Amino acid sequence: MGPYILRRLLIALPSLLGISVVLFTVLALAPGDPFQELALNPNVPAEVKQALREKFGLDDPVWQRYFRWLWAMLHGDWGFSFISRVDVDTLIWQRVPVTLAVIGMSQLLALCIALPVGIIAAVKPYSWFDRIASSLAFIGFSLPTFFTGLLLILVFSIKLDWLPFVFRSDIPETGWAWWWANFKQAIMPITVLGLFQGASWMRYVRSAVLDVVRLDYVTTARSKGLAERVVIVKHVVRNALIPVVTLVALQMPAVFGGAIVTEQIFRIPGIGSLLIDAILRNDTPVIMAVTFVFSCLVIFFNLIADLLYGWLDPRISFR
Amino acid sequence: MALFSLCLLALMVLAVVVGPFFWKVAINDIDFSARMTTPSMAHPMGTDDLGQDILARILYGGRISIAVGLAAMTMAIFVGVLIGSIAGMSKGWVDTALMWLTDLFLSLPQLPLLLLIIYLFRDSLKAMFGVEMGVFILIVLVIGGFRWMPVARLVRAQFFSLREKEFVEAARALGASQSRQVIRHILPNSLGPVIVAGTIDVAAAIIAESTLSFLGLGFPPDIPTWGRILFDSKDYLDIAPHWALFPGLAIFLTVLTINFVGDGLRDALDPRKVL
Repeated sequence: MGPYILRRLLIALPSLLGISVVLFTVLALAPGDPFQELALNPNVPAEVKQALREKFGLDDPVWQRYFRWLWAMLHGDWGFSFISRVDVDTLIWQRVPVTLAVIGMSQLLALCIALPVGIIAAVKPYSWFDRIASSLAFIGFSLPTFFTGLLLILVFSIKLDWLPFVFRSDIPETGWAWWWANFKQAIMPITVLGLFQGASWMRYVRSAVLDVVRLDYVTTARSKGLAERVVIVKHVVRNALIPVVTLVALQMPAVFGGAIVTEQIFRIPGIGSLLIDAILRNDTPVIMAVTFVFSCLVIFFNLIADLLYGWLDPRISFR
Repeated sequence: MALFSLCLLALMVLAVVVGPFFWKVAINDIDFSARMTTPSMAHPMGTDDLGQDILARILYGGRISIAVGLAAMTMAIFVGVLIGSIAGMSKGWVDTALMWLTDLFLSLPQLPLLLLIIYLFRDSLKAMFGVEMGVFILIVLVIGGFRWMPVARLVRAQFFSLREKEFVEAARALGASQSRQVIRHILPNSLGPVIVAGTIDVAAAIIAESTLSFLGLGFPPDIPTWGRILFDSKDYLDIAPHWALFPGLAIFLTVLTINFVGDGLRDALDPRKVL
């Protein structure tokens, strides 16, 4: 397992570099100059402008600027937020835990829905349960997250007044009351994201289990006299999960996209809403850094998916 | 189910295309005496905070949403087929490099990048093509540019199996050039899954466009796309829920029917049916 993990890490590095190249290209191709305002200011003499440009290396060749930028990003020197007047990295590290908590909980919820429902639907395909579950799944992933979010707010916050619709990070209560208040305000965002993901995963699980459940080794396991439960859990699901893990890893970018929308609807102070605020206020260093953090998170979760393969199918890690 | 969805979808497209000729209320007809009224005969879907008719705005927005969906799908399929077929016909390092590029694009965080690109390029494109066209072109290019990867993979896989088939070999033996082999023989046979992927892409592009507009970063406020109407309505949910419900339902129904049609097409085109 050790060499396998190392190999996967080495494969993840080039993709991180590739993403950083894409990010930097977008930035470099973009019209506009950070010194535009300065250039238009008649009070600043031309020599000063030139000296400033040289100091920040704006006239260097592109590849030099890229490596300087990459080096700074890797060092944790992410610049200074124009709007909030603090370093970008402190701003981001304040927000990352909230985002990860909401995404993590919603993925757990999605798994808790998708796995059992998908397996039961595939074990008895085209039964009533399967038909209802499949139709619900279709509805689930056709409903955009921003619409479900608004619907939930409309029903549970406005009509029924059960749940708060603005996420607060400064809850006055302590102890159990604090947990309870946090739980109450997190229910809706987690449900929105979890149901959306769960619906599309359920279809993956169903088709993956359907592919496996008719293979000969499953029949063998049944004819050995194993209990149906053991056959499904140990023989079918473990093999069916391999393609599911691939598809889930491929969906990671979409998950983060959904998180941005949900954070915006429920005003969760995570990095997604930070990104939107920064864009609306033209806060370039924050925008770049948040996009970079999102890229790193996506690659990190892809890495986890790779490690899961190794655990699900030990043959993979020996290749 | 797929046929029913197709009919419903056709009905909605028809309503959006010819509807504005029958429902002659202007989308920016401001009427302060009828602010946020609930649905009635004069305004079948109610009005918004400026007294503008929501039905008219939804019909207009539908045109844009569906146009964006179709254009982005065309773009995604074009790029996907191009890259997929180049990778599928060439062996060795070209194929490896293109597939690495595809995998790289698949692991990019799409929505943040979409927002970043729109933030950086919006103003210059607006200056070049005007507000409406500039944003339209940008959104189509960006959404299309982030959705070609599945198509490229599908086309490449199809090419790998098709180019070794007997009929292609026969064409090659008859002296057909490589481009003729591709265009006349291989490409038409590999289009089945591409059509299915294209259908799903329309839905995905419509969702992407509404998401952008919903975040306030898509079309400008005077162009009411479905996402934009939802964005405007979300602060008035308590007094005017109808304002949010109708555009949301429009997005949901369009996406749902497109997905069902895509699913039906997959079943129809895929001979290898499970069970």
